Amino acid sequence: MSRAESTSASLYHRSVVWLLFLILLLPLLGTFIYSIASSWSATVLPSGFTFKWYDQLWSDPRFLKAFGQSLLVCVAALVLSVVLILPLLFVVHYHFPKLDALMNILILLPFAVPPVVSSVGLLQLYGSGPLQMVGTPWILIGCYFTVALPFMYRAITNNLQAINLRDLMDAAQLLGASTWQAAFLVVLPNLRKGLMVALLLSFSFLFGEFVFANILVGTRYETLQVFLNNMRNSSGHFTSALVISYFLFVLVLTWVATFLNKDKSQ
Amino acid sequence: MSRGKWLALLCLVPFAVLFIVFQIAPLVWVLIHSVQSEETGWGLANFIKIFNSKFYLQAIQHSLEISFWSSLFGIVIAILGSYSLRKVDSRLRNFVNAFANMTSNFSGVPLAFAFIILLGFNGSITIMLKQAGIIEDFNLYSKTGLIILYTYFQIPLGVLLLYPAFDALREDWRESASLLGANSWQFWRFIGLPVLTPALLGTFVILLANALGAYATVYALTTGNFNVLPIRIAAMVSGDISLDPNMASALAVILVGLMTLVTLVHQWLLKRSYHVAR
Repeated sequence: MSRAESTSASLYHRSVVWLLFLILLLPLLGTFIYSIASSWSATVLPSGFTFKWYDQLWSDPRFLKAFGQSLLVCVAALVLSVVLILPLLFVVHYHFPKLDALMNILILLPFAVPPVVSSVGLLQLYGSGPLQMVGTPWILIGCYFTVALPFMYRAITNNLQAINLRDLMDAAQLLGASTWQAAFLVVLPNLRKGLMVALLLSFSFLFGEFVFANILVGTRYETLQVFLNNMRNSSGHFTSALVISYFLFVLVLTWVATFLNKDKSQ
Repeated sequence: MSRGKWLALLCLVPFAVLFIVFQIAPLVWVLIHSVQSEETGWGLANFIKIFNSKFYLQAIQHSLEISFWSSLFGIVIAILGSYSLRKVDSRLRNFVNAFANMTSNFSGVPLAFAFIILLGFNGSITIMLKQAGIIEDFNLYSKTGLIILYTYFQIPLGVLLLYPAFDALREDWRESASLLGANSWQFWRFIGLPVLTPALLGTFVILLANALGAYATVYALTTGNFNVLPIRIAAMVSGDISLDPNMASALAVILVGLMTLVTLVHQWLLKRSYHVAR
């Protein structure tokens, strides 16, 4: 390739990447400007800037409650998934490697079945009767467990394969550790970082979950996304401040996850 | 079996119980009730009703149309983007890659609100384009509007999935091809595209499934007034009028059927793509 040709090619690639960035940035930027605009209607640019919408948002008790409830449900679901998936993976990989094939089919289900479909059955099954859970955070915790499952399962499996579970267990047992000691004191610390990354990323998409939260629980235990949707008729500046606050929160989480991930690969 | 193995098996019980309660049981309920109806009992009455109803067929058609076009536009932008991402310096690449990663979480209700600000009736881009005389009017709450909105959330996902796929395309192949006298078009036609095809189709299929099942974005944008499958299903179990869980189940089975088809095709393509990459 001639020099002139390669410069023009490089210019082309740079512009495509910048254009991609701009397309992805635009809705966020628009929302951000709207959230700090004092008023903005029927004009291209806003008339003035203010932080009052953020003030109003962060002193709104309903918002703070929804934020707290979202945190609670997501953390509970992730704690549950760690407590259940870690032993599961350990048992599958150490004792019954053949089960892995079955698991790989089962974890496709949360992907192949959209939440709106599960909701139909969930509403009828747990709307009344012995397992009445609709309208309570418990049903959300259970559903979020299934949502996080495929991701957590894959992430931890990749980690287990990287650390050579069987050799590690054998070595620990040779040195006199029991199975429990080997699992808790040797295997678990080796999984810590991979687990953290998987947890942070799962948290960031659970935090944005709307379908289950809206259909199964709604205002009876309002999460952040449901609150945002219910605020649709209030000021657009207020909801923009909410969207930006939410996005920044998730941004920090994903940033920490990427940072941890990079650290690991070095 | 030894005592240790029994204990190990016991560890699986809590997981199995939860998975059955929250994943398997609802799905089984939907499957069973899709072939039941209040009036006629067991049978395919629900499905017959769906395929004879203009309203339900419109929902299916809208779902398929929006999913197809948004996946197509999404993947084209993602292909151009991820190929160029490979060709720029690592600082810009890492930055934009990380940014795409983060915006993949920007979907659903917040995304719908952001689009209302930009492209709604009084949105700043709508006004700008109107003032420039490029458009007469723009309705975000229409099929075209939804395709644009869906395309936006398909792009980051497409980039995330496709970027690694370009690994399969080795730079020395390009040099070998050009040494043997192939021009750029011939390289893509006979080497580049065939190597990438399984990955491209696989990504396309994931985008399609992603759009088919999407509910939050369209619900938040149109308060459930636009006729697509997920909206119809939800309206019949949680709406204020005309609750019909059996009919909702039948529609849900159609949606899951479409998505299962898509997932199976993806699995099959994934195997092929792995084979090619090796």
